[in-house]
Amino acid sequence: MCNSDSPNEFAQKLDNFIDSLPNKKENLIAILHYAQEIYGWLPDNVQWHIAQKLDIPSAKVYGVVSFYSYFTMKPRGEHVVNVCMGTACFVRGAEKLKNELENQLKIKAGETTPDNLFTLETLRCVGACGLAPVMIVDGEVHGKMHEPQEINEVLAKYRPEG
Amino acid sequence: MKLKDTEELNVLKAQSLKLIETRRAKEAVDTKNAPGLVRHILVCGGPGCHSSGSPRIAEVLEEELDRAGLADQIKVFEPGCFGFCEKGPMIQIHPDNVTYCEVSPEDVSTIVQEHLLEGKQVERLLYMDPNTKERFAANIPFYNNQLRIALRNVGYIAPENILEYIAADGYQALAKVLFHMTPLEVIDTLKVSGLRGRGGAGFPTGVKWEFTRRSEADQRYIICNADEGDPGAFMDRSVLEGDPHSVLEAMLIAGAAIGSSQGYIYVRAEYPAAIHRLKIAIDQAREYGLLGKQILGSDFDFDIELKYGAGAFVCGEETALIHSIEGLRGEPTVKPPFPAQKGLWGKPTCVNNVETLANIPPIILKGAEWFAKIGTEKSKGTKVFALAGKVNNVGLVEVPMGTTLREIIFGIGGGIKRHKTFKAAQTGGPSGGCIPTKYLDSPIDYESLMAIGSMMGSGGLIVLDEDDCMVEIAKFFLEFTMDESCGRCTACRVGTKRLHEILQKITEGRGTLEDLENLEKLCNIIKDTALCGLGQSAPNPILSTLKYFRDEYVAHIVDKTCPAGVCKSLLKYEITDKCVGCGRCAKQCPTRAISGSPKKRHVIDQERCLKCGACMEQCRVDGAIIRH
Repeated sequence: MCNSDSPNEFAQKLDNFIDSLPNKKENLIAILHYAQEIYGWLPDNVQWHIAQKLDIPSAKVYGVVSFYSYFTMKPRGEHVVNVCMGTACFVRGAEKLKNELENQLKIKAGETTPDNLFTLETLRCVGACGLAPVMIVDGEVHGKMHEPQEINEVLAKYRPEG
Repeated sequence: MKLKDTEELNVLKAQSLKLIETRRAKEAVDTKNAPGLVRHILVCGGPGCHSSGSPRIAEVLEEELDRAGLADQIKVFEPGCFGFCEKGPMIQIHPDNVTYCEVSPEDVSTIVQEHLLEGKQVERLLYMDPNTKERFAANIPFYNNQLRIALRNVGYIAPENILEYIAADGYQALAKVLFHMTPLEVIDTLKVSGLRGRGGAGFPTGVKWEFTRRSEADQRYIICNADEGDPGAFMDRSVLEGDPHSVLEAMLIAGAAIGSSQGYIYVRAEYPAAIHRLKIAIDQAREYGLLGKQILGSDFDFDIELKYGAGAFVCGEETALIHSIEGLRGEPTVKPPFPAQKGLWGKPTCVNNVETLANIPPIILKGAEWFAKIGTEKSKGTKVFALAGKVNNVGLVEVPMGTTLREIIFGIGGGIKRHKTFKAAQTGGPSGGCIPTKYLDSPIDYESLMAIGSMMGSGGLIVLDEDDCMVEIAKFFLEFTMDESCGRCTACRVGTKRLHEILQKITEGRGTLEDLENLEKLCNIIKDTALCGLGQSAPNPILSTLKYFRDEYVAHIVDKTCPAGVCKSLLKYEITDKCVGCGRCAKQCPTRAISGSPKKRHVIDQERCLKCGACMEQCRVDGAIIRH
């Protein structure tokens, strides 16, 4: 039995997607991508539900989820701030940028602010090496982030007014 | 509209030529005397330009053209990466053949008014050579000595329109393979051409195809490895976004040559734009009957499905990638059996990298001899490099194999930023090594890079200068491989962790000379015993820096200093007698570690100093604050 306490429509959407696939088990990763897209993360009960639906052990689903860094088992904040840790950004000061963001947001990379507004993460290379070091907020790239003031201004754009 | 035969493809090509002929003009057109001139404006849509606002520029251009009443005769396109990321966002105007650099949305009205309406070039937006101050409208020095084969259509055709690809000889190589060549002739052509895998290891592509074909089976699979994971490399992404059909066409050719009816593209989920373009390309190819049953009226059936990666560097390794497509954890398995014998779902599988595939249609069309003439004795053709780091011209460059590092970094790359001194070039990403100054003039190919302790890898080329600490760089890559180690074999899982710990110790000034011996010993053990390429090559960044920059390791250990001034634990800031006592540094210090009376020499309390360097940045007196 699925003990999902998420909105029913999410579960329904996920089920419809799984039902539409011809080969279910081999599409586990595609299913997880889809589930993360609608839920925002992959909570235990969703993993369990997928395992039931595919008739595979939930340990196997967990094994795959925990293997790939793209999948997250922690809910994210409203805005996801990523620091590019690719080599080009690293040699142009990505570490400093990360420290400054940790300072300003008062959280460590991988954490979410208590008000649930920002999650800080790192990723590897977005291909904008000409703009290094870069930070990415909700998919939008901000380049040449050297000064604390500039970083603050970018974050301010995502904070609610007032 | 399904194309029924080659004839229909050729008719479509002839009809489509007009789509791109405006951009093909070799000679610049005199724009003053050409009222009503049909023009194409290309706005670079590469990752760098896109991030710095090129979509907005295209939008404003459309609006301004509309306002000026030029919308009918001047069309705006957003093709893939132009390559010269440093000067982005860039736009090109054809047939004038004029390129503008670092264009902002505010510049658009000037371009429309002066260039398009009055026929005058906007001088200040043309590329300026920093040394001679000469301006270039075309033939920008960055592109001299480059040869675009894999990137031939990138930045030139509109990637979301199959007709533009067809106009640029697209799918002609497929037609040739289907109707004028036998599978063995195709494989022979690749073997003679000397094409080798561009994903890193450099295995001969023709031989790989031959092995896969020779394995008896009722089904074989073609996989395009588009899981570009090297941090600092974005050439595959640029091909996928700028010329997706070239990858599809090459996979079709592989299918016909190897005897496969199903292909998969394993693409990073982190590349949404590439995925979007691939989806469009696959739909269009199906619509034109270039994917599906009885392609171009032949008896060849082939289809392609997209599979998404989920952020695991190890999935660039063939066997791990195959497991990931099967929906499993992306862990590698022992070879043999090779994928060519037993791959996806136990069937013979050929895995090729994006850039490798992009080279194949031109090889088929122009012949193996044409390709084999380019490059060095054992490495043929060109290689795309993502040139980045402390170099003036960051960008995507494609050069013939055998070009020297000096030509790439100091010629095309325009030298080191802020006139600093070159220290090393890092190639091959986390699997590669650092190449010191003395090898700047050695021609780059697979063998020469291996010989000097690095490797070609996928093509990341990061330039390091005097301010980069080589121990820190080695540690950076080890942190990467440690994170990305899948954990299956002990040598890699535990070994990379131990290596990282030793490096950590050294950068914190706690290292001993014995640690260096242990580092070397452990590196060699991991190289010999790790299960897959990730583990086997993980020690390379350490081994190459130990080989060429041993004195930096020794400085950390014996002198307890970091010569590049990077490793914080080893730094010390001091105020000298040049201090005038202005107090700027004291105000800036986050821990209030600086004290002193006005107009008197200040001092830093070393106990409280965080070594952040804020004081030094604030100080206006040369030499008043020193770091050592």
